[in-house]
Amino acid sequence: MGAFLEVLLGGLLTGVLYSLVALGFVLIFKASGVFNFAQGAMVLFAALAMARLQEWMAPTLGWVAFPIALALSALIMMALAFAIERLVLRQLINQEGIILFMATIGITFFLDGFGQTIWGSDIYKIDLFLSKDPIFLFEDVFPGGLLVDPYELMAAVIAGILVAVLAVFFQKTRIGRALRAVADDHQAAQSVGIPLNYIWLIVWTVAGLVALVAGMMWGAKLGVQFSIALVALKALPVLILGGFTSVPGAIIGGLIIGAGEKLAEVYVGSMFGGGIENWFAYVLALAFLLFRPQGLFGERIIERV
Amino acid sequence: MAEADSAVTAPADDRRVFGEAVLTLENIELGFGGVKAIDDVSFEVRKGEILAIIGPNGAGKSSMLNCINGFYKPRAGSITFKGRKMPAMDPHFAAANGVARTFQNIALFRGMSTLDNLMTGRVLKMKRNLLWQALYWGPAQREEMEHRAFVERVIDFLEIQAIRRTPVGRLPYGLQKRVELGRALAMEPEILLLDEPMAGMNVEEKQDMSRFILEVNEEFGTTIVLIEHDMGVVMDISDRVVVLDYGRKIADGTPAEVRANQQVIDAYLGVSH
Repeated sequence: MGAFLEVLLGGLLTGVLYSLVALGFVLIFKASGVFNFAQGAMVLFAALAMARLQEWMAPTLGWVAFPIALALSALIMMALAFAIERLVLRQLINQEGIILFMATIGITFFLDGFGQTIWGSDIYKIDLFLSKDPIFLFEDVFPGGLLVDPYELMAAVIAGILVAVLAVFFQKTRIGRALRAVADDHQAAQSVGIPLNYIWLIVWTVAGLVALVAGMMWGAKLGVQFSIALVALKALPVLILGGFTSVPGAIIGGLIIGAGEKLAEVYVGSMFGGGIENWFAYVLALAFLLFRPQGLFGERIIERV
Repeated sequence: MAEADSAVTAPADDRRVFGEAVLTLENIELGFGGVKAIDDVSFEVRKGEILAIIGPNGAGKSSMLNCINGFYKPRAGSITFKGRKMPAMDPHFAAANGVARTFQNIALFRGMSTLDNLMTGRVLKMKRNLLWQALYWGPAQREEMEHRAFVERVIDFLEIQAIRRTPVGRLPYGLQKRVELGRALAMEPEILLLDEPMAGMNVEEKQDMSRFILEVNEEFGTTIVLIEHDMGVVMDISDRVVVLDYGRKIADGTPAEVRANQQVIDAYLGVSH
């Protein structure tokens, strides 16, 4: 029992990290109907900025370097959102979704290259000032307790706070309606006076900040390096499970994928000779596509023929 | 909606006469690459009237509407609106100053309910901006209620109570057109642009739509500019008609005048050559 719970908990906590990346996708998809291919690159870019700024300031400022680097990185992500809106999105109003999607692929390559040009391409570390030692929870309930990575616990807490804030922001307020309107039809949204540019700026800024948080947590866990951009691939099955348009869906999807792949690895993996953790998530997503293509929480797909 | 209209007088011969122009278009020229869509067209829209723009397919009618609400930027010419003479309209400026519109190919927010679609028409009427709304609960909710009440009036007016909660993507074509009109009306427009409001409708639906257009015009004094192919409807409901052909204006007058205009008959109403 203790072992099962430990695997489950570990999976859930990793799942939270997937959710953090998936969140960024959902935000932009909700507001423009576009799958933002660049989300992974934004995570990497934010993590690089954070790591290098902290590294440069740490020798003189000590721990104070952390909040300053965080604030500066946040500003950089805002500036990036502003630049993307001005230079790319504004030029593409009223274009097909696929054209916007292609534009985000362009942004991806630019960010991957530009990020490593200005910040460097080695492996950097982000110091969250957390102990590397695992913590043991519920030691009096289970023999030996449950082993937990403090980074992942921290990520879970932060993700929880982020989701609560975003859910209120996007689902319980009028802005949600404006976002969906922009996603459905640019021209119609403009005709009722919804400021398209302003909405996009808000959304890309928020997505950039979410990328910063995700980049920080992943960077602290794996080291800041190019492979972080590939973590975004794990967000795909999460999105398919949770639905592309649901903030809570991104979280639940992440938890299911995280827990699912760890449990599958431990309890089913031996039948296949192990190593199924890497592809289990995609198979799960495929099954979902067959039976519930809009995801668990996505909006129903309505198509009149 | 717009205040009761004093410019409208009722002359003896039952033709309404309109005073000041609310919107003036001068020497508008619009092109796409080498194609001239609109060539040196001038006309004015007068307060409180129903103005029809007619012409064969490709005559530049929709392009004209798109210039009026700022989707297209003319190559040359000027638009005078609200005391400002501009080379082109800006969509946000237009919406903020009471220009609402519908589209030839329905442009609704398909996943949203009828009610939510209409509520988007209230965006500019809401005093607090979106961010402030998101952070502040009490007053924001009270404001939402007031706007909801207005939208309910529009729903009653258009007789679409039964589909209030239905996602509009599921509605039949005629009703979608009506919801789109509703969204425009929710903006309390001074000028309402309707791009083929009756295209693809059956006779009953056309009658309903004509009735709504006339009622909006009479009750709220809303100025209406519409594009329509059904000549019966155009002659019935409009006060004035502008005729375009190959991007040029060939006539401008009352329905009777336009009907008698030889150029119009040749170009459009289909007399054999």
